Amino acid sequence: MLEIRNLHASIEAKEILRGIDLKVNVGEVHAIMGPNGSGKSTLANVLAGRPEYQVTAGEVIYEGKDLLAMAPEIRAREGVFLAFQYPVELPGVNNTTFLRAALNEAHKHRNQPEVSAGAFLAMLKKKIQLVEMPDTLLNRAVNEGFSGGEKKRNEILQMAVLEPRLAILDETDSGLDIDALRIVAGGVNKLRSKDNAIIVVTHYQRLLNYIVPDFVHVLYNGKIVKSGDKELALELEERGYDWAKDEEVAAR
Amino acid sequence: MSETSKIREWYLSLFKDFENRLNGERSKPLHKIRRSAIDRFAELDFPNLHQEEWRFTDISPILEHSFSYAARRDDKAPSAKDVSRFMFGGMRSHTIVFVNGFYSAALSKCLQLPGNLAIGSLAEAMKTDDGQISGHISKQLDLGTDAFTALNTAFTLDGAYINVPDGAVVEDPVHILFISTGDEKLISQPRNLVITGDNSQVRFIEHYASLRTGVYFTNSVTEIEVGRNSMVDAVKVQSESAEAYHVASTVSSIGADGNYESHAVSNGARIYRHNIDVRLNGEGGNTTLEGLYLTLGEQLSDTHSLIDHAAPHCTSGEHYKGILDGKSRAVFNGKIMVRKGAQKTNSYQENRNIILSSEAKVDTKPQLEIFADDVKCSHGATVGQLSGESMFYLRSRGIGEEQAKLILIYAFASDVLKNIREDAVRSELEYVLSTRFLKGM
Ligand SMILES: Nc1ncnc2c1ncn2[C@@H]1O[C@H](COP(=O)(O)OP(=O)(O)OP(=O)(O)O)[C@@H](O)[C@H]1O
Ligand SMILES: [Mg+2]
Repeated sequence: MLEIRNLHASIEAKEILRGIDLKVNVGEVHAIMGPNGSGKSTLANVLAGRPEYQVTAGEVIYEGKDLLAMAPEIRAREGVFLAFQYPVELPGVNNTTFLRAALNEAHKHRNQPEVSAGAFLAMLKKKIQLVEMPDTLLNRAVNEGFSGGEKKRNEILQMAVLEPRLAILDETDSGLDIDALRIVAGGVNKLRSKDNAIIVVTHYQRLLNYIVPDFVHVLYNGKIVKSGDKELALELEERGYDWAKDEEVAAR
Repeated sequence: MSETSKIREWYLSLFKDFENRLNGERSKPLHKIRRSAIDRFAELDFPNLHQEEWRFTDISPILEHSFSYAARRDDKAPSAKDVSRFMFGGMRSHTIVFVNGFYSAALSKCLQLPGNLAIGSLAEAMKTDDGQISGHISKQLDLGTDAFTALNTAFTLDGAYINVPDGAVVEDPVHILFISTGDEKLISQPRNLVITGDNSQVRFIEHYASLRTGVYFTNSVTEIEVGRNSMVDAVKVQSESAEAYHVASTVSSIGADGNYESHAVSNGARIYRHNIDVRLNGEGGNTTLEGLYLTLGEQLSDTHSLIDHAAPHCTSGEHYKGILDGKSRAVFNGKIMVRKGAQKTNSYQENRNIILSSEAKVDTKPQLEIFADDVKCSHGATVGQLSGESMFYLRSRGIGEEQAKLILIYAFASDVLKNIREDAVRSELEYVLSTRFLKGM
């Protein structure tokens, strides 16, 4: 479904990603871990098409197409979804209106009929139960004044509505209390299927107890220095990132 | 002779013609006011860039034309069908229509009203006036402030006249529509007068629009008196032809516990200058001034406001927003004066601007003059672009670039439109926004 080959990316002339290779098949869950500043969010944002980043080398093939050639909105309509590490507040933009506009853009793109306001509300009522979000948040401006945890739930609600083929969750667990973590992870698990794939960026093994990954990768200084199965996350928790980095160096 | 003295001579000769056609009107008290205004005008210079209040607003293009009054010709008058698109679909209102500054009885329509309430043409009302009405003309205006006001006063003839006596409430809004045909070189100088007694209420929409594009000049003055514990809600919609000039002064005084709300939305005119002066004269008065200006191309929009706290325990709020594109310019100058003794004044002011092109420019300036010590005043001004972060967030959800811009512009503008009470007016303005920015980008 997704193949990243030798991806290099910079921001403001500073190289952040320094040759990423990653292959994600449909139905898989990949976890990406790594120290602060190693480039995890950069990778997530480059995949979503954030214009501030320049890709200087490499390619990304998504469903057989050149992902990097697509505008961010086209990627989204093609089924790529990024849950932001820091969701953006949009004062004056109604949350429900926004969600429906987003869904209808995807429908138009796939030549599906638009969803009426009534049908959308009925659908939304079900989806918010998935993340146990109070429905009062639906009539507020997108993320404006939301607590940290509410913002993260709202991201997963968007994912539930848009039903992406490839979801990238950038530290969706940070800022969530213990109960919320369980609820949000439960929501993600319900959205997990053999027809989609998920990339989970996290610092904590705890999330991976709920969303069990098929693969774990360690990103260090702009490169994937180690990959393994879910046991790798446990080992990292115990031995730290330096261990993973040193292993990589030793293996060369 | 310099250009400006030439144009002054032009208006002085125009006044002679005007005066000759007044006939019997010349013996009325109002004519004394006209005469002193034209004398004042003769002494005044037109504003120029060296004057503090006009520093960023070059009005010299207005002085390049010898504007004159339209001839009243019924055969060329627009029909009800021609003006229907300016009628805020479905809104029930008292409607007063002026064409090139002249009252059109055929296009106007007032709903049933109690006898002591007046809503209509000032010229019509003046026919039977023995000084009751004219006593209010220029009551609050200092003729000496600028040439445009003096010019308007000298030519005082027609405009909207609303008089709401003590205890009366006008249920339906009053729609005052000034239509310009767009014919070249025409001037119109509406003079509006709104008087409310104590414990009364009225809402009106002062609406400027044109049938066709053209270089014409609207120079208007609106005087408003808000009685004790009364409520006046005013909307101004300025959508003149983009080649036209529009200079306006709105002057109001608010009695004790009175409330004056103003919502000024503009997207028209090549040069637009709006002076808005509010004087809080009695304890417990309140005013809210909101505005939205949209400019593009070579347009210039200038709002100069003065909120004068002349009594204690009054509140004022001012919130103006601008969206600029092309090579356009905007000026916002908000002066708040708190006089000695106006204790417990509470006042805030905010001016926010979004610039969509690299060539547009805003000059914004708060100006506080505070002579009392127990007051709360705040102000803020910003000039920025659409947030790149917000744009990316919307696009990452599948919303296209154009649509994302429109959503953010809507969102930006929405909090100054949302307090407009008439749904039909608000939706029309939202429609203007959407067509403008869907096409304009
Ligand atoms: N606009 C920018 N200008 C310069 N450097 C930037 C910019 N944005 C990000 N960086 C740098 O890129 C590097 C990678 O940042 P990134 O956000 O991808 O890290 P991360 O792995 O997600 O970290 P964290 O775990 O803290 O979220 C950091 O050193 C960061 O400072
Ligand atoms: Mg990050």
